[in-house]
Amino acid sequence: MHRHFVAVIALTAALALASGCSSSTKSSQQSTPAGGGTSSTAAVSGTVNVFAASSLTEAFTTIATQFEAANPGVKIKLNFGASSDLANSINQGAPADVFASASPKNMQQVNDAGGASASTNFVKNFMEIAVPPNNPAGITGVADLAKKGVKVALCAAQVPCGKTAAQVFTNAKITVKPVTLEQNVKSTLTKVELGEVDAGVVYVTDVRAAGSKVKGIVIPAHLDASTEYPIAALTKAAHSAGAKAFVAYVLSPAAQTVLAAAGFEKP
Amino acid sequence: MIGFAFLMLPLVALLIRAPWSGLGSLLSNSEVLTALRLSIECATAATLASLILGVPLAWMLARIHLPGMGLLRALVTLPLVLPPVVGGIALLLALGRRGVVGRYLDQWFGLTLPFTTAGVIVAETFVAMPFLVVTVEGALRSADRDLEEAAVTLGASRTTVFGRITLPLIAPSLLAGSVLCWARALGEFGATITFAGNLPGTTQTMPLKIYNAFETDPEAATALSLVLLLVAVIILAALRDRWLRGSPSA
Amino acid sequence: MSGADRAGTHRPPTSAALAVNGSVELGTFRLDIDLAVGAGEVLGVLGPNGAGKTTLLRALAGLTMLTTGQIALDGERLDDCAADIFVPSDQRPIGVVFQNYRLFPHLTVRDNIAFAPRCRRTGRRESRAIAQRWMDRLGLSELSGRKPAELSGGQAQRVALARALAADPGLLLLDEPLAALDARTKLEVRAELRRHLADFPGPTLLVTHDPLEAMVMTDRLVVIESGQIVQQGPPAEVARRPATQYVARVVGLNLYRGTRDATGKVALDAGGTLIASGLLDLNDQATNGAAPTGRVLVAIRPTAIAMHTTRPEHSSPRNVWQGTVTGLELLTDRVRAEINGAPPALVDITPDAVADLDLANGRPIWLSAKATDIDVYRDPA
Repeated sequence: MHRHFVAVIALTAALALASGCSSSTKSSQQSTPAGGGTSSTAAVSGTVNVFAASSLTEAFTTIATQFEAANPGVKIKLNFGASSDLANSINQGAPADVFASASPKNMQQVNDAGGASASTNFVKNFMEIAVPPNNPAGITGVADLAKKGVKVALCAAQVPCGKTAAQVFTNAKITVKPVTLEQNVKSTLTKVELGEVDAGVVYVTDVRAAGSKVKGIVIPAHLDASTEYPIAALTKAAHSAGAKAFVAYVLSPAAQTVLAAAGFEKP
Repeated sequence: MIGFAFLMLPLVALLIRAPWSGLGSLLSNSEVLTALRLSIECATAATLASLILGVPLAWMLARIHLPGMGLLRALVTLPLVLPPVVGGIALLLALGRRGVVGRYLDQWFGLTLPFTTAGVIVAETFVAMPFLVVTVEGALRSADRDLEEAAVTLGASRTTVFGRITLPLIAPSLLAGSVLCWARALGEFGATITFAGNLPGTTQTMPLKIYNAFETDPEAATALSLVLLLVAVIILAALRDRWLRGSPSA
Repeated sequence: MSGADRAGTHRPPTSAALAVNGSVELGTFRLDIDLAVGAGEVLGVLGPNGAGKTTLLRALAGLTMLTTGQIALDGERLDDCAADIFVPSDQRPIGVVFQNYRLFPHLTVRDNIAFAPRCRRTGRRESRAIAQRWMDRLGLSELSGRKPAELSGGQAQRVALARALAADPGLLLLDEPLAALDARTKLEVRAELRRHLADFPGPTLLVTHDPLEAMVMTDRLVVIESGQIVQQGPPAEVARRPATQYVARVVGLNLYRGTRDATGKVALDAGGTLIASGLLDLNDQATNGAAPTGRVLVAIRPTAIAMHTTRPEHSSPRNVWQGTVTGLELLTDRVRAEINGAPPALVDITPDAVADLDLANGRPIWLSAKATDIDVYRDPA
């Protein structure tokens, strides 16, 4: 419930922001027809289904609203989940037009199945330790995660955040025994928010998105690992033009600003 | 007939697509065996817990007539219609480390249920117990009260009546309810993953293992599904046979 | 048993083994009961469905509480509303044979019979010995390993009786014990049951709606209608002088209420007049053996009424009246004709008489009856 609650709040906030935004853009568009709409892309319309990694939830929600505002007639439908999960769904024939993965490996799976031809890495995400605000286990660094009695939630090994976290532990030369391997990064974060675990290893962007509900413990750069996020318009996209327009928008400075604000770094 | 085909088609597909050749090596995979053993153990423990908690509850629902009993009955069956994931979240909020009750379990007894095998059993019991309660309650409701009355006139105390008359009379339903409960617990996914998490050897039961496998290795997931299907079929068939033979006076 | 020390000093006023005086209210239904049964006596409780027979039995068994009054067995109070005493069913020294026997389907004959001894914490071996004794007595030994589903109706009845008797009860209660049996089995079992009841030393209450059962099996009858005792006495007496239409019907008599004047004429409430000089009530203190005057009941056997196509001129019967045939029913060896007239009557005639008289529905007919064949007795109501 909590997790959904968070999502709902984020969505509502984004929509509220967007409605304010769009009304102003709309009015400006009406007054100056040669505005942003024509400069970015050719006129497209329809619904574009975007499958994106869980860690992109907040950033893409904002980006989608901005894109819709800039391209009236286009509706972006977002579907967030573990990249491995999404890749699997796409390969099973889910109606996706764009895939934004949290790891090149999952994009490769889609590529291999012929779902995408060319992808572009658009951001990079580093890991951070999330702890409940009162930090019950007194975590100060990566090494504390290996301590006995410290309850750690990680993403499952096949999920990008799980793979990247494993890289961090390799770098730090420690072995972490988690109490649970979650299906995606958001549910790992939820376990931290609910205080069910003492710490979780998630993306920098997730800690930032969670606001005051969790506290982030920075992982020093020499230990940290990152994952690159590729994005691609899918070959089987029902709305090819829309899909390409959206991918182009994500790579545009406007979207990059949103992503940077969320904590993503340039690839 | 169409209904039957609809029910059977996915199962047949599972059989057709199952990687039969790799089945042997998969089954000797220790992680699979661990998950399978954990599933069976937890489902059995959850069934026992359901019997201990559920039979008195069923008796109460069937035999005590008070205003509001209908509402109580409806509430008891709530987990039947609730998405298991909601059940898992509710359990987390109740029995989690910061939960309404869970925080005291943690503070006073150092007991935390999430991410433990006990947590799996709790989640499975929560979801599966209503199956037992509903079945047993129905049996108690339709059980022959006349026979209980006859036993009383012969000098049987309440407990004797329950133990020697009521329980044997509802035995088939008790068994049926237990099997349903066990099967439901065996297949439990949503509440388990939400409340107990997912860790091989501790909380990763077969359905969780299958779900994980499906993302990386769909073939393995198919094979594992087949294993679970076989286990369920074998046990249902065995029990069905036994209880049909057990009651010749049908 | 458990109530003994509480009730031991309070003997009920009657010396009867079982004394009941009180009422049971169940919703709008109310049963008023005042009766006593001696040791070894079999009291039949006769009445139509819903009269309260089963309620009485349940009150005695402790399955229903009295609303007022008390029940005492051998001086021990089982139920006393005023004293707030209620001995629950499982602690009462009773044996109940239920209408459909209620044998435990999952237990063998032996375990059914051993059930009561087991409940009294008698050891398994001794309980089985007790069960064996009763099986021997009732000829059930060969059935000892069978389940109730494998028994015939008569066998099940015997097992039910043995199970009740194995509890070594002080009071035996039987609820329609033969109702579940077919006619042929009933005949055999009835005689057998009569014998076993005669052996039982305590009071027995036998609830039935079968008049034959009531006549043959009991020492005394109590008739209950709508929760009230309407008549009691020896079975023969009840059969001869029914006090209500219900009893008259079950014993097969025409019964009329009326007022008898000094000349011996009875003006019937249902219309018509009858002169009656049949069996006098020798026990009637008020009339000193003579026929009573005032409110009376008049009973005529259906076979004592003759039918004629024309008015009988020179016959001796004093009572002659006219009627119309409204129904004909073939009994085993005779035909019962239903006649609407003043008074209406049931008349039994031979099948060939039906042909001779050319009887058919709607046919007007003359009836006659000898005054000596008509019983008249005081209306107890």
